[in-house]
Amino acid sequence: MSYVRPTFRHPELPKNKLGYTIDYYEGSLSTLCAGCGHDSISAAIIQGCYEMNIEPHRLAKLSGIGCSSKTPAYFLSNSHGFNSVHGRMPSVATGANMANRDLIYFGVSGDGDTASIGMGQFVHVIRRNLNMVYVVMNNGCYGLTKGQDSATADEGSKNKTGHVNLFESIDLASLAIELGATFVAQSFSGDKAQLVPLVKAAMKHPGFAFINVISPCVTFNNNVGSTKSYDYVREHIEATATMDFVPQMQEISVDYGKGSHKHVKMHDGSIIELHKLSEDWDPLDRQSAMNAVLNAKAKNEILTGLLYVDPDSHDLHHLLQTNDKPLNSLGKADLCPGSEALKEINAGLR
Amino acid sequence: MSKALKKKIKKKVVKKVVKRSNKTASKSKKVTKKLVKKVEKKANSKVISKSKVNDFVIRFANVNGTGSASANFLFTKAIFRMGVPITPKNIFPSNIQGLPTWYEVRVSEKGYLGRREGIDLMVAVNPQSMLNDVAAVRKGGYFLFDSSKPLHSQYHRADINYIGIPLMHMCNEAYTDARQRQLFKNIVYVGALIALLDIEFKEVEGLLADQFKGKEKLIPSNIKALQLGIDYVKANFKYPLDIRVERRDLVKDWIMMEGNAACGLGAVYAGATFAAWYPITPSTSVVEGFSEFAEEFRTDKVTGKKNVAIVQAEDELAAIGMVIGANWNGARSFTATSGPGLSLMNEFLGLAYFAEIPTVLVDVQRTGPSTGMPTRTQQSDILEGAYASHGDTKHVLLFPSTPKECFDLTADSFDLAEGLQTPVIIMTDLDLGMNDHMTPPLVWDDKREYKRGKVLDAAALEKIEKFGRYLDVDKDGITYRTIPGTHASKGSFFTRGTSRDEYAVYTEDSGSYQRNMDRLIRKWDTAKKMVPAPQVYHKKNVSENGILFFGTSQYAAEEAMDILKEQGKPVDAIRLKAFPFNKTVEDFINSHKRIFVIEQNRDAQMKSLLMIELQVNPAKLISVLNYNGLPITADNILMQIEKSLSSSKKLKKA
Repeated sequence: MSYVRPTFRHPELPKNKLGYTIDYYEGSLSTLCAGCGHDSISAAIIQGCYEMNIEPHRLAKLSGIGCSSKTPAYFLSNSHGFNSVHGRMPSVATGANMANRDLIYFGVSGDGDTASIGMGQFVHVIRRNLNMVYVVMNNGCYGLTKGQDSATADEGSKNKTGHVNLFESIDLASLAIELGATFVAQSFSGDKAQLVPLVKAAMKHPGFAFINVISPCVTFNNNVGSTKSYDYVREHIEATATMDFVPQMQEISVDYGKGSHKHVKMHDGSIIELHKLSEDWDPLDRQSAMNAVLNAKAKNEILTGLLYVDPDSHDLHHLLQTNDKPLNSLGKADLCPGSEALKEINAGLR
Repeated sequence: MSKALKKKIKKKVVKKVVKRSNKTASKSKKVTKKLVKKVEKKANSKVISKSKVNDFVIRFANVNGTGSASANFLFTKAIFRMGVPITPKNIFPSNIQGLPTWYEVRVSEKGYLGRREGIDLMVAVNPQSMLNDVAAVRKGGYFLFDSSKPLHSQYHRADINYIGIPLMHMCNEAYTDARQRQLFKNIVYVGALIALLDIEFKEVEGLLADQFKGKEKLIPSNIKALQLGIDYVKANFKYPLDIRVERRDLVKDWIMMEGNAACGLGAVYAGATFAAWYPITPSTSVVEGFSEFAEEFRTDKVTGKKNVAIVQAEDELAAIGMVIGANWNGARSFTATSGPGLSLMNEFLGLAYFAEIPTVLVDVQRTGPSTGMPTRTQQSDILEGAYASHGDTKHVLLFPSTPKECFDLTADSFDLAEGLQTPVIIMTDLDLGMNDHMTPPLVWDDKREYKRGKVLDAAALEKIEKFGRYLDVDKDGITYRTIPGTHASKGSFFTRGTSRDEYAVYTEDSGSYQRNMDRLIRKWDTAKKMVPAPQVYHKKNVSENGILFFGTSQYAAEEAMDILKEQGKPVDAIRLKAFPFNKTVEDFINSHKRIFVIEQNRDAQMKSLLMIELQVNPAKLISVLNYNGLPITADNILMQIEKSLSSSKKLKKA
């Protein structure tokens, strides 16, 4: 790992529509191990936000506890961040989102933070279809406490000390699909080409957007026999389709050529383009998506890409019928019933 | 009564009753009637009064789930509308249907709103609890029962009066529907009580009219049931009884309200826009109250859009997490819970303390530990609330004692939480939260502005060269915060539960950590000046003894204070409204020889807190405790104080 970030930048770095170069989206220097998959995911988030012309202050980063949950410090230093308590990021994100519906909420969690201590909150934030991006940086082990198995470690997977995991793993992507998540994707930290459009589409999804990213732990879980090592994942990865994300403001001018492809029009007019779709899989059909994930699992494959999306999803604000104006922008005049109303209440209690 | 018992009768106390001032119930000082106080040995000391006009306790023994609650409330409200002070208490099981439940009403011309032992009239319609119910009636008292079947001899006592009314028979004859037969049994006994206690019929009629507004066709069947009861009493008994009600003008403009609803309403007035909660008795009705008032006052009549969001969370951990998230993002928000929920919220409360995020929590205390007695009252989360979470943490606590204070202090709690950027816990209890209490009318000053504390807006950020989230600019320990989304390039910072420097950058530097912890103590000292001051009852000390109390102990404590004064043994008194304690509390303790600390828990938690936090001599703090799950009584307080004083006298002599 480096201790000093080079301050030199190419003088002609391209600017996005807001006039920002990509370094404006960076964070502080990562303190994770050199080669950590998580840093690649941070880079994809930076790239995605830059390309989407996100105003950093209109995005809030939230996380729990663990290696993965440190990463919000390493991207978007011009955004507010909240590193909360272990496994409880979804609740903090829920409250934050209820307070101001106009920001993008970007949650980062790990496999311990989500699949063990935070399973309850993960399940319920899906049920509520909170409008947020939820990225799990999934390495199958507890890094900060030095390599214990997590609940997403596959049965029979061997860690660095030679210990073999005895228990069935929790598959977060299929769980999310089953629970009714409205955007479920899976990816690999080493596949930036796939990860960036997924991050971009997730930010545009009007509801809960889940991305499970297999992100090898180079220090504790990158050995032979581990099913979360770089080598193993590369050998077993199977993409559902290649994917592009076309934001609303961009004109569609892509030549699809031959082969199956699908357009998913999102709520705001953006388009997700999927090419070379695998057979028997329709990303708009929950059951089909579920089958595709289970079939891949039976073949020891890790299915990646956008697995399922419901572009007409209604988020929690819609369900609760909250005001279009952010609740945190309302003042006394909007909120306080005043003394006359209180007199009536008093009269009713006599 | 045995001779031994007679000896125990302490003394006759002559007292006059009262045109109660409309400020507080206990301020009633004018004396017009005689009251003889006797202490009996049996189980609990009992107060018997010879003159029983507007001074008695009636207990209804019901089966829960039978519709008795609304009939009993009708009874209470009728007396309230006759201008006579009254205080009802629900003593109910943790159950929905079929178990014994009691509703106890104290009528007190003097305006004493605490619970009192010694049942003058028992309305016993639950065979399950009848043996105990018979035993609970004071000598010479009355036992009203359903005489449709003969009363078993085991329920016979020679020293009480029986009033048998064939409630079941009467209802079976008058009504055909099975549910109606059951429901109207309750209304028939209310009718009987109207005659027996001389309650004004027109008040009951008026209440029914209010209750069934828009459903007027339901009124005649209720009137019919009332009339059945009245007629039966008139035909069969001498009425009214020697215990009875007489119209007064003592209630003035006061209202009758549950503390939980008042907390919910206070949050609406304070501008809370978000609430997250997990249902738990006895706190559930706080957020339900908030929700009902918000539905009325925060919903756009045209679009149906709401200026509020309420989420029922998956557990208390999530509830407090959501509240912290919303407050972090600039929306006033709160949660409500009880002991077990408070235990679960500990970790998050530590985060809110350390990361300095405003948080409002209403803790409606119940009997612990563990699941304890979930439907009984206690003040036993004091230490849990004061020091919730691991590491060095302290939290601001507020102690309301009336529904009006529930409203006021909930509204204040948001100003305090945002002013101090820290959790504020409103420590109420089941007695206050779930029972109706007579309380002064709620007041709101329309000129009042929400005090949002030190929050920098875009214009303010523009003027600052470098924003430091934890820089103590004003030297009061309270630093400036920013809300996400405020400014394009200034004011962003990373909120965390890990240690950080003044600019919110992660650090493990000992100096930075310690500077931060010391600043938090500076903030704590600032809090002492911001929290509500205690109520001190006398400008100048009148005694070497003082009593100290808080929350719902106020009712019984003030009554005990009056009686001590009448006995020629006056005491000074202080009622705590908040933690941290300010100097007044310390001075009060230090200026007395003995302080009786009255609280409703076993372990003297408030006494512990006083000992830990103040420079006082612990030896002068004497505990007066009540932890049987029922609200504390004046008798209980007096007994414990007398015992302590007499044993200290004995010690002196020895």
